[in-house]
Amino acid sequence: MQVIDLATTPLRDMNATLQAQAKDTNMTAWEVQNPKGAHAVAVGLDGPLEVTVQGSAGYYCAGMNKDATVRVTGSVGPGVAENMMSGTVIVEGDASQYAGATGHGGLLVIKGNASSRCGISMKGIDIVVHGSIGHMSAFMAQKGNLVVLGDAGDALGDSIYEARLFVRGSVKSMGADCVEKEMRPEHLELLADLLERAEADAKPEEFRRFGSARKLYNFDIDNAGEY
Amino acid sequence: MCGIVGLFLKNEALQPRLGDLLSDMLITMTDRGPDSAGIAIYGQDVEGLKLTLQSDTPETDFDGLSQALQAAIEAPVTLRVIDTHAVVTLPHTAEDAARAFLKEKGIRIMGAGQAMEIFKEVGLPEDVARRFDIRAMGGTHGIGHTRMATESAVTTLGAHPFSTDADQCLVHNGSLSNHNRMGRVLAQKGFAPQTENDTEVAACYISSRLAEGANLGTALEGTLQDLDGFFTFVVGTKNGFGVVRDPIACKPAVMAETDDYVAFGSEYRALATLPGIEAAKVWEPEPATVYFWER
Repeated sequence: MQVIDLATTPLRDMNATLQAQAKDTNMTAWEVQNPKGAHAVAVGLDGPLEVTVQGSAGYYCAGMNKDATVRVTGSVGPGVAENMMSGTVIVEGDASQYAGATGHGGLLVIKGNASSRCGISMKGIDIVVHGSIGHMSAFMAQKGNLVVLGDAGDALGDSIYEARLFVRGSVKSMGADCVEKEMRPEHLELLADLLERAEADAKPEEFRRFGSARKLYNFDIDNAGEY
Repeated sequence: MCGIVGLFLKNEALQPRLGDLLSDMLITMTDRGPDSAGIAIYGQDVEGLKLTLQSDTPETDFDGLSQALQAAIEAPVTLRVIDTHAVVTLPHTAEDAARAFLKEKGIRIMGAGQAMEIFKEVGLPEDVARRFDIRAMGGTHGIGHTRMATESAVTTLGAHPFSTDADQCLVHNGSLSNHNRMGRVLAQKGFAPQTENDTEVAACYISSRLAEGANLGTALEGTLQDLDGFFTFVVGTKNGFGVVRDPIACKPAVMAETDDYVAFGSEYRALATLPGIEAAKVWEPEPATVYFWER
């Protein structure tokens, strides 16, 4: 295990070290100590590393992740795993706004709560939140799955495209063009896999599915008042 | 952006360290706004009234001010000069006369109260903390701000915290959009903003609601109905500390509570050096939800 202490190592050096690891490196286990809320911790990784961040991180933790597994033992600020391509990001605590925003792939797991705009404009990422999510989550979500074991705030899935939203608790309100949809066998199967990979103790049958009514895809003069 | 911090101590043993802790919190937020910085700190209550004064030419303005003010208001005065600021203590009954005298002299009054003192200037938090020796100040609670200016000029008067009534202060991250009209309404109620700044209108709003008899919680609730725009506010009163975010809540906020204190920061970084933070309850305040503590 390689240890990088942010109390003594500059942030950019830490990221550069992690980013410089070759794809076939045998130094895969890394620990980042003393993040103390620093921004952009463990970003832009593109190798099969296992990075543990001991403590809480600030903005944009594990952004643009590819292939790596990043585990944060504390909480994270806004924009965790923003634009993730692949790999896994696990947050043991809470996440602030726009967790997993614009993510193209990979799995983001938040063991606590996520606040507003979770999964905004998601493009293929899978997000599993063990707690609840705030308002405007999955706004303009295009692809991927958002699973919430707790409750969802106002305007869930506003202007959603083809992402799937699964909520176990209550949904305060749905946004424009978001509707509840039937849970089919393939969805239960998908959920079972996601819950298992996200270390989540819940049954697929307990969830409801939400998605796009597909009424806002094209301009329709009857919808003019909605714009 | 702007960075805001607040610290409300529950454990008396920490009171001598208030200025030190607040300074570290605010300095950590420096890269959220380099234009100006300020801290309002609630120290020991005094018998009379404290006015925090500011002058761009303190060498001349504060020289002999104590005697001149004493003669003008015919009451005893103590004066403590700290860089561009001075804290003058005088009997409550002499407040009107003192304000008239200071206005004539062109000396600005940044705040008034039995406990609160305000120090704010153009510059970085580190410079402001050093110039005013904030670290040496003890007290019960305080709030701080580092500014990235959007709505009005980068001047001392445009810096936060704003104080618009005795022992009340407010810092703000965000920008308001109905402050001009609200300012006119508040002026009719006797709380006319003195600057063009949107945040001062929010401070006037809270002061007017408190003057009407609202408690701190109700006054903060009112901002959700009556103020339009983006805001995370942190407010201090003589014995209270409150936080509210607008319903959209895009301006960041993190809070922490232990048996010893309640703390607010724009980011967790600001809280990371507080004693016992590892075991604190840390959470993001909910949108459109009022949090307040009073002793």
